[in-house]
Amino acid sequence: MSVVYILWLREVKKYLRSRIQIVASLGSPLMYLAVLGFGLGPVFQRAGEGKYLQFMAPGVIGMTVLFTAMFSGIAMLWDRQFGFLKETLVAPVPRLLIMIGRTLGGATVAVLQGALIFAVTLIVGFRPVSLLAVPLAFLVIALIAVIFSALATAIGSSIKEMQGFQMVMNFLVMPLFFLSGAIYPLEGLPRVLAALTRIDPLTYGVDGVRGLLIGRTHFGVALDIAVLLGVGVLFVAFGAWRFSKIEA
Amino acid sequence: MSDRPIIRVERVVKSFGTVTAVNDVSFDVRPGEIFAFLGPNGAGKTTTIKMLTTLLRPTTGSLELDGLDPTTQPTEVRKRFGVVFQDPSLDSDLTAWENMDIHGVLYHVPRHTRRERSELLLRMFELWERRNDLVKTFSGGMKRRLEIARGLLHTPKVLFLDEPTLGLDPQSRNQMWTHVQSLRTAEGVTVFLTTHYMDEADRVADRIAVIDHGRLVATGSAAELKRQTGTDSLEAAFLALTGTTIRDESATAADQMRQVSRVWRR
Repeated sequence: MSVVYILWLREVKKYLRSRIQIVASLGSPLMYLAVLGFGLGPVFQRAGEGKYLQFMAPGVIGMTVLFTAMFSGIAMLWDRQFGFLKETLVAPVPRLLIMIGRTLGGATVAVLQGALIFAVTLIVGFRPVSLLAVPLAFLVIALIAVIFSALATAIGSSIKEMQGFQMVMNFLVMPLFFLSGAIYPLEGLPRVLAALTRIDPLTYGVDGVRGLLIGRTHFGVALDIAVLLGVGVLFVAFGAWRFSKIEA
Repeated sequence: MSDRPIIRVERVVKSFGTVTAVNDVSFDVRPGEIFAFLGPNGAGKTTTIKMLTTLLRPTTGSLELDGLDPTTQPTEVRKRFGVVFQDPSLDSDLTAWENMDIHGVLYHVPRHTRRERSELLLRMFELWERRNDLVKTFSGGMKRRLEIARGLLHTPKVLFLDEPTLGLDPQSRNQMWTHVQSLRTAEGVTVFLTTHYMDEADRVADRIAVIDHGRLVATGSAAELKRQTGTDSLEAAFLALTGTTIRDESATAADQMRQVSRVWRR
């Protein structure tokens, strides 16, 4: 247990120390919120969908969590050659504990980053319908964070070259974000797009957070949470398996 | 008991696909000695260390560390050695003290012992004053010393050092070996090292094994190797044993990353 704790603590400490990185990471979510949020607002309103900022704020929180969690995968690639990962691989502890510690640490960092963006959305004018739902929404956010940290661990364990990560960014992370319904409603989509959004785990995450924060949901919060739990178990198992296969 | 070898390598072969990195290598290391493993680039030094440190499994042959088999009892074996890899393995965003502390937890060193021994080692390696500074502010020599101090925290029986002095200036190298030698005297730890600097091996190693193209070509003390080859320096003996051809390895993903890391001076 102390092994998981110390590795978790390491990730969190590193996050809290990297002030510049925290500020820098606020850039793109702010851009989405301010430019897209206010830019598309009038069209959204005219289409009778209400305030766009309200709609997309949960999506931007989901995006932040996705990006932050996936970034820990790149970090791991570097860590494997020039960092701390090797030290943990020769330590007399089961790889599973190391993977869990790292993944929980990465997920915690993603949740903290999500909380920061949540605060920013409040400043920009986002209003959750009920404050009581906020803790529950963060439970869903935590699930999103665990899912993608585990996925990042699996990817970081599987690829060897830095260039590989560019591929992952373009062909996995960006599609995960754009297909998640973070920036558009899931109703009335063309059939192919609708099918694609349904296989994206982030869709259920964003839908769940949106359901809890503004009371608008496509699948229903219960189904969202059930899907997230299922995918979470699957991805953690997959990540642990890939991590156990790392050869230094 | 005391003359049982601490490391036994017997007829070990390791192949990656069609390439045989280590080819039928056998040697023993005695408890408490400083054993140098020499060889040109790509000779199989690092692969051998990786097998002994449980990171790779031999294709055939058997290994033993303190009487235990790294392939079947990895956890027990891991408790018994400390290792400093060729590439850094410190967390540069944490302090020296935090790096030591995490290591202690990973090796189940009780809190009290952890603190006491961390202090002892950091003082010995002259890092105590800087214990609360982030490792990224350290010089190359300080990082190496910290890695060695960390590797010794759990009182291992064997310390593996894979090219520990690469990129260090003569002063740091000299200081590092002085520390390692005094530590060997104080704690009786067996040191298994690889290096490209013949003068180092000549100075610190009790026994030397020379490996080339995956095969062991000679074993003995520096004096024995010189006598055997009829040369007057270890460098000349090494060249007599391994030839003067330059070995060009093809670059791996790791080498490419090393290149990048050099540019970024991390």
